[in-house]
Amino acid sequence: MLEIKNLHVAIEDKKILNGLTLTVNDGEVAAIMGPNGSGKSTLSYVIAGKPDYDILDGEILLNGVNVLDMEAHERAAAGLFLAFQYPLEIPGVTTMTFLKSAMNAQRKSRGEDELPVAEFMKRVKAASDRLGIAQDMLRRGLNVGFSGGEKKRMEILQMALLEPQFCILDETDSGLDIDALKIVSEGVNVLRDSKRSFLVITHYQRLLNYFVPDTVHVMAHGQVVKTGGKELALELEASGYADYKTLAA
Amino acid sequence: MSAVTIIRSKTEQAILALFAKHKDQLQGQGSFGSQRAKAFASFEQTGLPHRRIEAWHYTDLRSLLREAPPLAAKPASHVVQRAAEKNWSTDQIDATRLMLVNGFYDESISSFTMPQGVKVTDVYKALSDPSSKNFHDHIGQATQSSDPLIELNTAFMNGGVVIEIASGTKLDKPLELRCLVEGIDPVSMHARILVIAGDDTEFTLIESHQGPDALSYQVNNVVELFLGNNAHVHHVRLNQSGNYAVDLSTLAAVVGAETSFNTFHMVNKPGIARHQVFVKMQGEGAHLSVNGVNMLNGTQHADTTLAIDHAAPACTSRELFKTILDAQATGVFQGKIMVKQIAQKTDGKMMSQAVLLSDDAKMNNKPELEIFADDVVCGHGATCGALDEDLLFYLMARGLPKAEAEALMLAAFAGEAIETVENEDLRAILEAVVGDWLGQRAHHVE
Repeated sequence: MLEIKNLHVAIEDKKILNGLTLTVNDGEVAAIMGPNGSGKSTLSYVIAGKPDYDILDGEILLNGVNVLDMEAHERAAAGLFLAFQYPLEIPGVTTMTFLKSAMNAQRKSRGEDELPVAEFMKRVKAASDRLGIAQDMLRRGLNVGFSGGEKKRMEILQMALLEPQFCILDETDSGLDIDALKIVSEGVNVLRDSKRSFLVITHYQRLLNYFVPDTVHVMAHGQVVKTGGKELALELEASGYADYKTLAA
Repeated sequence: MSAVTIIRSKTEQAILALFAKHKDQLQGQGSFGSQRAKAFASFEQTGLPHRRIEAWHYTDLRSLLREAPPLAAKPASHVVQRAAEKNWSTDQIDATRLMLVNGFYDESISSFTMPQGVKVTDVYKALSDPSSKNFHDHIGQATQSSDPLIELNTAFMNGGVVIEIASGTKLDKPLELRCLVEGIDPVSMHARILVIAGDDTEFTLIESHQGPDALSYQVNNVVELFLGNNAHVHHVRLNQSGNYAVDLSTLAAVVGAETSFNTFHMVNKPGIARHQVFVKMQGEGAHLSVNGVNMLNGTQHADTTLAIDHAAPACTSRELFKTILDAQATGVFQGKIMVKQIAQKTDGKMMSQAVLLSDDAKMNNKPELEIFADDVVCGHGATCGALDEDLLFYLMARGLPKAEAEALMLAAFAGEAIETVENEDLRAILEAVVGDWLGQRAHHVE
C-alpha cells in the first residue's frame, strides 16, 4: 500500500506539489489524470527518488515505511518501479547486460543470491515473447535507435522482470499507435494481481479502455482535486479539464 | 657581445651531469657517438620543454620533472630472475614474448624461439656492432622532428630491441613486448624499440609496461615502426607503470601504401604520463586508426599527443580517445591532422571525449587541422562533461546503487574505444583493466 500524505514539493523555488494526499491500496489500479503542468510527472519522479526536487513537507509511505529517506536504488529494491515517459538511451550497455545488472542489484540489496544465468535467460525470453520484443533487440544498446513504441515495451519488459510491488506508469501511452497500445496494455494487464498496485498517469482516457482502473484521481495545481471511479475518466474525456484548472486556484 | 646565459632548472642541470658522466660508457662509442652528441646538443639548446612551447603547454616537463634519477644499469641476474616471476594482465594470451628489464632486452627470459620470418636483435649489442645494418639504417628515420623526448632518448639510449619481420610474414600469435621496471631505487631509462616490417606482413604487437608502486622512476621509451606496403598491423600499448612513475613514450610510425595500422593505448596507473604518436602516412591508400582510454585518479597527469601526417593521397585516419578523470587528475589531448598538398582524397576524423567525475579534475582538449589539399574530408570534435544525471537516475531507479550505475556508464564510455581493438582476447583484457579501475574507484566512493 502506498500512502502519500500532505506532500509539498518545489523545484528551483517553484512550488509544484501543494499538499497532495493520495492512497493506493494493494491490488488497486489508480489513474491520475490532469491538465499539463498539474504536477503529474513531478509526482512520479518524487516517488521514484529523482534528486532534483526539494521536499518541503509530507510523507510517502510504502507499506508504512517513508521512502523519502531512501535513495532511488533503495526504493527500487523496496518494490517501487517507474516506467519512464521518455526512456533513456544507454549506448554501449546492451539491454541484456542492463537487465541482468538491475535484477541482480535488487536481489543483492534484498539479501538474495544472484539469479542463475539459465533462469535469467528463461525469464527474459518468456517476458519478451509476450511483449513481441525480438531477441536481437536485447543484444543492442538499451533503447539506442528504438522507436517510441519499442522503448515503451522495453519499460514494461523491465517491469515484468523486476516484479515490483508498486508500479508507476508515466504517460506510457504517449507516442503509441493503437496496436502498440494494445500490446503494452496486455503486457501490463498480466502483471495485475492482488498484491501489486499501479499508479497510471495519463492525459487521455484511451489507455484506460485497455487497462481499466479501479479509481481515477484528477490533479490540478499540485493537488488531487477530485476522486472517482473509472467513469470519471469518461466524463473528463467529454468535458475536458477546464473546470479543474480553476478549482484549486 | 656577451653570450646568452641559459638558466637551467635543477633537473636540467642533473641531466647535463648525467650525460657528462655516462657518455663515454654508453654502447656504440665510435659510429653512434656522434649521433648521441648531436642529439644531446639539441636537447642542451632547448632544455626540458615547458609551457611556453606550444606542444608542451599543458604538460610542462620543466616543472613536472622534479629530479633526474641515475640511468638504469644492465640488470644483474637476480633482478632478471625476479622479473621472470612477475604476473601480467596479458598472461592468458598465447604470445611470443620479448622481455625488457629496466630498458634492456633479456633473451634468457624471452620466448625461446621466434616465429619464422621474425628476427630479434638486442639494441645494446647493435649499438656497437656496425654489421647490424638495419638498426643503423633505420634509427631515427621514423621521425623527422627534433622532439625533445626523442633527442633525450637518442642521447641516453643503451638498450632496447630491433624486431625485423620479413615480407610476407603472417604471425598467428601476437608478439608481446614486456617492459618491466624492477628494483628499489629510482632510475631513469631510455629504451629504443625498432619494428621493421616488410610488405604483406600481418601481425599484432602488444606492449605491456609495469613497474613498482611508490617508486619515482622515469621511462622515456621510443618505438619506431616501419611498415611496408599492404601490411595489416595491430598495436596495443597497456601502460600499468607504477603509481609514482613518470612514463614518457613516443610511437613514431611510417605507414606504407594500402597498409592498415591500428594502435590502441591505455593508461591507468602512472603518476605522470605522456604518450606521443607521430604517424606519417607515406603510401597511397593507407588506413590508420589511433585510439585509447585514459583513466586517471588522485593527482595523475596524462597527456596524449598525436600528429598524423597525411603525406600521400587517399589515406584514411580515425582517432577516438576517451578520458575518465576523477579527484584532482589532469588530462591532456592534443591531436593534429596535417594534410599535405599531395594528399588529395584524404579522409580524417578525430574525436576526444572526456568525463569529469569531480569538480577538481581538469581536461585540456586541443584538436587541430592543417590542410593544404583541397579535396579532403576532415573533422574533429571534443567533448568534456560530467556523467549524465538523468541517465544515472534511470539506472538507479532500476535498482543499481550510484557507484554501480556510474561504473556501468563509464565501462560503456570506455568500451566504445576498446571496440576498435580487433583481437577479442585483448579486448577482454582491456575491459578487465577498466573493470578493476572502476571497482577500486567504487570502493573509494563507498
